[in-house]
Amino acid sequence: MVKKPKKRIDLQPWQDPKAKPYIHIEGVSKDFDGHVAVDSVTLSVFQGEFFSLLGPSGCGKTTLLRMLAGLEMPSQGKIYIDGVDVTRRPAYDRPVNMMFQSYALFPHMNVEKNVAFGLKQERISRSEINERVKDALRLVQMETYGKRAPHQLSGGQKQRVALARSLVKRPKLLLLDEPLAALDKRLREQTQFELVTIQEKVGVTFIMVTHDQEEAMTMSTRLGVMDHGRMRQIGTPNEIYEYPNSDYVADFIGSINKFEGRVAEDETDHILVESEEAGCELYVSHSADVPIGSQVKVAIRPEKVMISTSPPEQKRNSTRGIVKDIGYLGDVSIYHVELASGKIVLATQPNLVRLAERPVTWDDEVYLYWRAENSIVLMT
Amino acid sequence: MRELWKKIQDSYAGSYLALIIPYAWILLFFMIPFLIVLKISFSDLKVGLPPYGPLLEWVEEGVLVIKLNFTNFAFIGTDSLYLFSYLESLVIAVLGTIGCLLIGYPMAYGIAKAKPPFRTLLLMLVILPFWTSFLLRVYAWIGILSTSGLLNTALMKVGIISSPLSILDTTYATIIGIVYCYLPFMILPLYASLEKIDYTLMEAAYDLGARPIQAFRRVIWPLSRPGVIAGSMLVLIPAVGEFVIPELLGGSQTLMIGKVLWNEFFTNRDWPVASALAVLMLILLVTPIAIFQRIQERQVRFLDAD
Repeated sequence: MVKKPKKRIDLQPWQDPKAKPYIHIEGVSKDFDGHVAVDSVTLSVFQGEFFSLLGPSGCGKTTLLRMLAGLEMPSQGKIYIDGVDVTRRPAYDRPVNMMFQSYALFPHMNVEKNVAFGLKQERISRSEINERVKDALRLVQMETYGKRAPHQLSGGQKQRVALARSLVKRPKLLLLDEPLAALDKRLREQTQFELVTIQEKVGVTFIMVTHDQEEAMTMSTRLGVMDHGRMRQIGTPNEIYEYPNSDYVADFIGSINKFEGRVAEDETDHILVESEEAGCELYVSHSADVPIGSQVKVAIRPEKVMISTSPPEQKRNSTRGIVKDIGYLGDVSIYHVELASGKIVLATQPNLVRLAERPVTWDDEVYLYWRAENSIVLMT
Repeated sequence: MRELWKKIQDSYAGSYLALIIPYAWILLFFMIPFLIVLKISFSDLKVGLPPYGPLLEWVEEGVLVIKLNFTNFAFIGTDSLYLFSYLESLVIAVLGTIGCLLIGYPMAYGIAKAKPPFRTLLLMLVILPFWTSFLLRVYAWIGILSTSGLLNTALMKVGIISSPLSILDTTYATIIGIVYCYLPFMILPLYASLEKIDYTLMEAAYDLGARPIQAFRRVIWPLSRPGVIAGSMLVLIPAVGEFVIPELLGGSQTLMIGKVLWNEFFTNRDWPVASALAVLMLILLVTPIAIFQRIQERQVRFLDAD
């Protein structure tokens, strides 16, 4: 798990209305023979950010990334980098570098030559090229592998060389296409941490494409969730997780319980939803601005659902059911509780005591309850 | 019997068996004939059947004399005709190979970049000429290149030239013929190596600031080099010894070694000299293959080097 240094939390230019975006994508669309891959996406990324584009395969995130790289031309819209319109500039003429998913290392060149490739296009002296190549390889801890051919490297080493090659030109923007997808789980977690460290060290703005929500959550300052070519929500990992703006985003990030219901009250400080599915009144401490009587969904994350064997004091946000299944994950257990309506509710509890001493077990009747401020109303 | 067969299948013997067949083929139809030719090249010219003398002779009881006649090789050295025809063969073959490469490379690249179903069709079209007789196709070029042929008529109709070009019966015609006939042998290995190249490498090169021409020169060209070498060898080697194309299209102007060989054998009936020529030609052809092998080995060694 990547622990973010404090500096990062303080740095929130997107909160500042006066801050100028470094990368600005304005109403960009991409059409492939009638198939809309990217549908009028507008996005601002600030200098030094680590932004992730998250979504299932085919959602258009890679196409958006390729348009930023200049490998694909937008059908509509504009792309600005550091205030300059680069929409029609070819890939070789942009201050942007990309790390490809397959790494795309040149098989006929050794590691040093691969890294030096981009510098040789520019008018840079040989000694400076050597210096910068060495620095880049040191940055990714591959300085002793300079003479190796790509096929002699492991997946993780190739990934590092690809990173060094894309950073050596000191781009204004680095694009990463599923940078960790080819690595095994353990290496991936370690590399997540390293990538963030390197990004902070070089201060380059990163935009990463990933389908792995955990990766996006742990690494990015902000992320954008995409679906069918559209940007569904942009926000910090915390915002996306705690305040998803739609059913889709709520489902995509982590797991979530949803109860259908009818709005009974909608005040400025709360909303009350009657739900047969939940078997209780659902009280949510934020307003939704919907007419009384309309159908909505109330969502609650499993780790925010509490379990007890005795009835809780609260009447709202409180229901009961039978434990049908317990998923033991070591640190936590996931309880599958079936309500009277047949609805299965997930509740995650930390395993504070050892398994044998656990108070709740299969077929027990349990009470489920949660705090009003922990649930949210989903409109779509 | 069945047990034996099983044993063969289980052991390495099976793979040896698979090796023996092609090697036996080469021994029977290449090495033995070559040794016969080599033997003839060292013997005397004789009027008779066969038109050469024996190498081994029993002079008297118990004495076996081996006569190696080097005069045939020496003769080839003294008459500059042979040296010139060697050089001319080589020059024509090299020019033909370059022509094939210049035309074949863009074609192979185009085919490799085409969409898969279309690609098969394009490859079929490359091989299509093989369905017609080689000889017929060369004859067709006479019709195209002759003074009153298709090319000259067309050029004069358009008004580019006022009097017909004499292309037929020149070295140019030979080169054109070689380029035409050997083009598929260039395209196929080139296509095979170009098709394997991952296009994202080209994108990576663009991304790193390489313009299309630079990206080609620094990425696609070096990666396609095995195909270039293989294709060039496949064109160059048979083109050096080509007989039919210079005979039909080159007229008396072109002196390629294949034609000289033919004349030695059938017009002069000087089998020993003809054989010596054949042996020298083989050496001339083996050299580029050996160089090619060395280059390839070195490349493999680079990639394996620690």
